[in-house]
Amino acid sequence: MGIISAAKLAFDYLKLDENGNVESKTRAVDGVDLDVEAGDFIAILGHNGSGKSTLAKHINAILLPSEGTLYVDGKDTQDESKLWEIRQTAGMVFQNPDNQIIGTIVDEDVGFGPENMGVPQQEIWERVEKSLRSVGMWEYRSHSPNKLSGGQKQRVAIAGVVAMRPKCIVLDEPTAMLDPNGRKEVIRTVHELNRTEHVTVILITHYMEEVIDADKVFVMDDGKIVMQGTPHEVFGRVEELKSYRLDVPQATLVTHDLRKMGFDLRPDILSNDELVEALEEYRKMSE
Amino acid sequence: MFREITLGQYYPTDSVIHKLDPRVKLAGTLIFIISLFAFGTIESYVVATIFLAAVIKTSQVPFKFMIKGLRGIIMLLMITVIFNLFLVQGTVVVKFWVFQITVEGIKTAVSMAIRLIYLIIGSSVMTLTTTPNDLTDGMEKALSPLKKVRIPVHEIAMMMSIALRFIPILMEETDKIMKAQQARGADFESGNLIQRAKNMVPLLVPLFISAFRRANDLAMAMEARGYHGGEGRTKMRPLVYKGRDRAAYLVLLGYFVIMFVVSRFDVIETLLFGAIGW
Repeated sequence: MGIISAAKLAFDYLKLDENGNVESKTRAVDGVDLDVEAGDFIAILGHNGSGKSTLAKHINAILLPSEGTLYVDGKDTQDESKLWEIRQTAGMVFQNPDNQIIGTIVDEDVGFGPENMGVPQQEIWERVEKSLRSVGMWEYRSHSPNKLSGGQKQRVAIAGVVAMRPKCIVLDEPTAMLDPNGRKEVIRTVHELNRTEHVTVILITHYMEEVIDADKVFVMDDGKIVMQGTPHEVFGRVEELKSYRLDVPQATLVTHDLRKMGFDLRPDILSNDELVEALEEYRKMSE
Repeated sequence: MFREITLGQYYPTDSVIHKLDPRVKLAGTLIFIISLFAFGTIESYVVATIFLAAVIKTSQVPFKFMIKGLRGIIMLLMITVIFNLFLVQGTVVVKFWVFQITVEGIKTAVSMAIRLIYLIIGSSVMTLTTTPNDLTDGMEKALSPLKKVRIPVHEIAMMMSIALRFIPILMEETDKIMKAQQARGADFESGNLIQRAKNMVPLLVPLFISAFRRANDLAMAMEARGYHGGEGRTKMRPLVYKGRDRAAYLVLLGYFVIMFVVSRFDVIETLLFGAIGW
């Protein structure tokens, strides 16, 4: 069993009438099986309303499954006595950077999590310094978060989670409100954390470019996991991805169209560099 | 129009005032305000001015930030001055129709104006040199004996610091909503007071909705980061008095004593008004 393991996980959003009776149910997550190995970089893709954010909130025990089970580092999220342990194991970064920064100074905010955990003062400072350095925001430690750019705010939020020393970080569309530069900053930071600190990363997004370097990709649609595999495996299936209303990286799309026209290229090209390489090779072959 | 309120706007510099324990600054602001209202002679205002100027100078915060807070109370200030000027009874200086200005009226009006201005500047000094979190930490610690009578001091302090943090964000949001609505022809600037208040309603509704949404998000983010009330929580910056804090208390004590002594001798006023014969 990996660090996160879900079996037949389902969640219903309940709509209650005035007397608190259940009026209607909306199934947001439907029978999801998920197994994540420690140290992996996992991406979950899906268009709006596919249930990916709901799934993410389960990993942090903010939502509890209506059916099925979810184990985080061997702890059942339904077990209320383990709630705080689970939240320390699986940190969470949300979409809107403004709404998750609690402190009025960058370092105060990063220290918020460790403070809640009851970490001794000396160690809080060590953790704050280390995590701010790991996201490259140490120079901004005494700034007000309001004066930072979106990407910087999001990196502070990531540092705030890293300071809790979680084994796993769940990022729920961390780049949805950022400009392209901010997006790159955040994704680079997350990859670096994964590589140097061996933190398990679960990145939830609908931007294809961000998942190219992931170890494993899951595609969600209508509450179910409909595709999974390495990015190369998943993006090779362009038609199927399109049917789930997902955009494919441009290089992959070009390859796909070229293949349709009869060019013999490999189907799993993701980046521009790979495409250029494959085309060069193709030219040499045909000469 | 909304960016002018300095309250909760920390201005970071590396001054001694910034480094003081927030409890000292709270006590200092309180003592300063009390001294303004307890002693009303010209000498005491001179001492208060010197004290305030010295504090501002050491805080290294540009003076223009201090005065920003005053814009908010201009109306209140004018009303106070006008009422005092015309309604205080005493030796009449000028009289026309039903209005009369008296010596006492001038004195009260001027001293009320000074008091109000200094009060705002004094508290601005505190909020500009103390992060809101430090401030609420200070209050939390200073009021912690109240926990024994079951007052949720930590929770109140947390609410205050969050409110303070969201003031600039909500202001920005208000600005955005206003501009969006102005772009579609909404009018916030003309009409009388009632008309303007009515025009604010379409502004308040989206603002409230977004505030609630933010509150929901924030609560979730706080829970995700393991917040579960004040119990078992450690502090990143625990409040411990240092040498400079004790020194600051001494300075405050000195200030109060000087104010007290000086206010006993009404020299300037006697000289000034005595000479003219009032």
